[in-house]
Amino acid sequence: MELPLHCKLFLDVHLIPDSADVISAVEFSQSGEFLATGDKGGRVVIFQREPQGEYNVYSTFQSHEPEFDYLKSLEIEEKINKIRWLPQLNSAHFLLTTNDKTIKLWKVSERDKRPEGYNLKDEEGRMKDISKITSLQVPVLRPMDLLVEASLRRVFANAHAYHINSISINSDCETYLSADDLRINLWNLDITDRSFNIVDLKPENMEELSEVITVAEFHPHHCHLMAFSSSTGTTRLCDMRSRALCDQHAKLFEEAVDPANRSFFSEIISSVSDVKFSHSGRYLLTRDYLSAKVWDLNMENKPIETYQVHDYLRSKLCTLYESDCIFDKFECAWNGTDSVIMTGAYNNFFRMFDRASRRDVTLEASREVCKRRAVLRPRRVCVGRKKRESDVSVDSLDFRKKILHTAWHPTDNIIAIAASNNLYIFQDRWGMPTNVRGVFVLSFFFLFCLFC
Amino acid sequence: MKPWPAVCPSNCSVRPLAPSPAQLAAWLQSQHTELSTFTHCNLAPSGRGAAPLIQHPASKHAYVAHHQRTEVTRVLGCHSCCRIDMFSKGTKRKFSDDGDEISDESLAGAQVSSSYSLQRQSLLDMSLIKLQLCHMLVEPNLCRSVLIANTVRQIQEEMTHDGTWQVVTETFCGGSQSPSERLVATEVLCRSREQDAEPKLFSVLSYEGCREEEVVTDETLCSVSVSDTASDVCLSESARHCWERDEFVEVDRDDEACESSRLGPGDDDDDDDNDDDEVDEEEESSRVDPKTMGQVFGTFEIKNSAPGPDSALEELFSDVDASYYDLDTMLTGIQSAPKMGPYDLLDSLAPSHGPPSIGSPSNCRSDLNELDHIMEIIVGS
Repeated sequence: MELPLHCKLFLDVHLIPDSADVISAVEFSQSGEFLATGDKGGRVVIFQREPQGEYNVYSTFQSHEPEFDYLKSLEIEEKINKIRWLPQLNSAHFLLTTNDKTIKLWKVSERDKRPEGYNLKDEEGRMKDISKITSLQVPVLRPMDLLVEASLRRVFANAHAYHINSISINSDCETYLSADDLRINLWNLDITDRSFNIVDLKPENMEELSEVITVAEFHPHHCHLMAFSSSTGTTRLCDMRSRALCDQHAKLFEEAVDPANRSFFSEIISSVSDVKFSHSGRYLLTRDYLSAKVWDLNMENKPIETYQVHDYLRSKLCTLYESDCIFDKFECAWNGTDSVIMTGAYNNFFRMFDRASRRDVTLEASREVCKRRAVLRPRRVCVGRKKRESDVSVDSLDFRKKILHTAWHPTDNIIAIAASNNLYIFQDRWGMPTNVRGVFVLSFFFLFCLFC
Repeated sequence: MKPWPAVCPSNCSVRPLAPSPAQLAAWLQSQHTELSTFTHCNLAPSGRGAAPLIQHPASKHAYVAHHQRTEVTRVLGCHSCCRIDMFSKGTKRKFSDDGDEISDESLAGAQVSSSYSLQRQSLLDMSLIKLQLCHMLVEPNLCRSVLIANTVRQIQEEMTHDGTWQVVTETFCGGSQSPSERLVATEVLCRSREQDAEPKLFSVLSYEGCREEEVVTDETLCSVSVSDTASDVCLSESARHCWERDEFVEVDRDDEACESSRLGPGDDDDDDDNDDDEVDEEEESSRVDPKTMGQVFGTFEIKNSAPGPDSALEELFSDVDASYYDLDTMLTGIQSAPKMGPYDLLDSLAPSHGPPSIGSPSNCRSDLNELDHIMEIIVGS
């Protein structure tokens, strides 16, 4: 089932030159105009969408520096774990970035005018000789080259004893949560010296520890609802109205493991690595090691849809355990209309699942395959003998090339894929008019089927 | 289950000829489809020269990996594990002397359970090593540590359920073992293992048959043993951080590790140097492991908890015992009341599926000699 090269899928491939560091966070802004990436070196790079539709570098700044915890004699990595954009309220843009221990609020603003004509200072800033001043003038603003500045506005530090794994901004735009392995704290964006603990999983006796928090997120519309997932494969929905400490969940989303499939690795592969609410707020997407599940918030005992991302790895779990790959945390994403979900895999593959038609596609993000303005060809992983030349055998998968971080534009069909230190941005050729949003996916899969 | 057509005489001393591919194919086809399911692929450490995934004989595309126990074909007189690829490649199998005496049924059962327990053991080993590997500068990932610890717990629970864990602890902690008697006890253990050879026949045979896997396990473990010195240093550093109040923390941990390497039950296999490395590595880690497990979670905050109940796994997370820093115990490398760290159990477990069938006291002595030799290298240099 070959797809001809002119199949209409994401065509624009925008390759970012190699950076020295591995990308560890990717996030579109709420409008989609900006895309922020964070890397292992603590840098944040922000891209802006040009009128023509391509993304170009807008600003770069060093967000976090490596630190040293003197009490424990341990380094604190500067790697950016998560980036979250605040909704835009004025001309400036605000985003939260976090490493393992500290959250920072950055303001990114433009300056394209500067005042000229000071009385006491000359143009270079040197003080004028007072005796030479004969008249007074009013400084005026004159246009200048665009300057984008990133300034640190808040530092939220010393609230987490364990490594922060997620931050999520509330729909009220005033508070946000930060989650580490055992606790979740609620912050006010304006107050840096105080936070409220809303979930605490730390046992009295650390020896009894068997569960950690992996991801936490606020509901997109209800400011009192938040969800957090754990390493045991459960996702909990908490209502902050019911009590101050949300250890008791309102809902528990857990699928019973089939006892026939139970193995020593069952718990590890059931650990949830990402949780995303749908844009509508009705559904929850969870990603565990081998699958992605869509849950209806109204039904706790099983997901409404389960998508196998790379089930061919089920027989390789021991190898993956040995190499620690089994602990990789893959992220997942919804498209703007909640009709397609996307997640990454190994060998620089990423997968998209159309929920309505149940069709899926595997694509590759790599230099060799992607040329600018080229069409992406679907890939296939085969177990055993290759049926096609383009098939990739399970044994030849490169487990060092993993796509952990993916993001989908909030409204349009633009996706950002981070593959180690490369960022790929794929766009849909047919442009992004919002009224054909729904049609796009159908047309893709329609074409997909035509050439079967 | 049809028996394998006797292509080899039932004479114990003669190695069976490898069946021809045609014979093999025909025979396999006649087997129950349950043959296709196999726990081996899931549990064997693979990577460096490890056993490949098994292909379903009927369907070439499927890599079989099922988590249930398999039914094993009764290979007359042969104790290889249920690895079909061995047959297909015509690999020569090692042949145990005791084979013919046992009924086929119990043999099949033995092979299944011993193969599974071997795999489970290797998984346990791997997990404990993962927990132990020290990250010098950066805090280890708590989520990963918790998941590995849960896996270890799960294995331990299953082994307790099987009775394997209890058997091992009894064997090891038999009677009172004062520090000075530990060396003597080693020999006793070797001998007692021989005496136990009859009832523990299954594990003996499985070692013979699964020799290749055993070596693989060793390789996996050995690949870590190279960095032992480094990890010892690491652990001593982190121990210092956790137990800062303890005055004896400055005592050289390397010495302690060296002492301990003299002490474990020797492995009966002369020829396999890897086993010695494995024993060494395990014993060194046996010294540090109870502390390390505490450190795995302990680095995250100061531990104030009292020691937990006596179950073996609790030892993984227990506080450091003050007797560790007692000078006497430092020199002898063992506490007066031996607490069973997981690696102590590993010492006894690993050789429990050693091949003492040919063993004799001389094996133990030669192993002690080798251990002494290794001791000299570590300490004397």
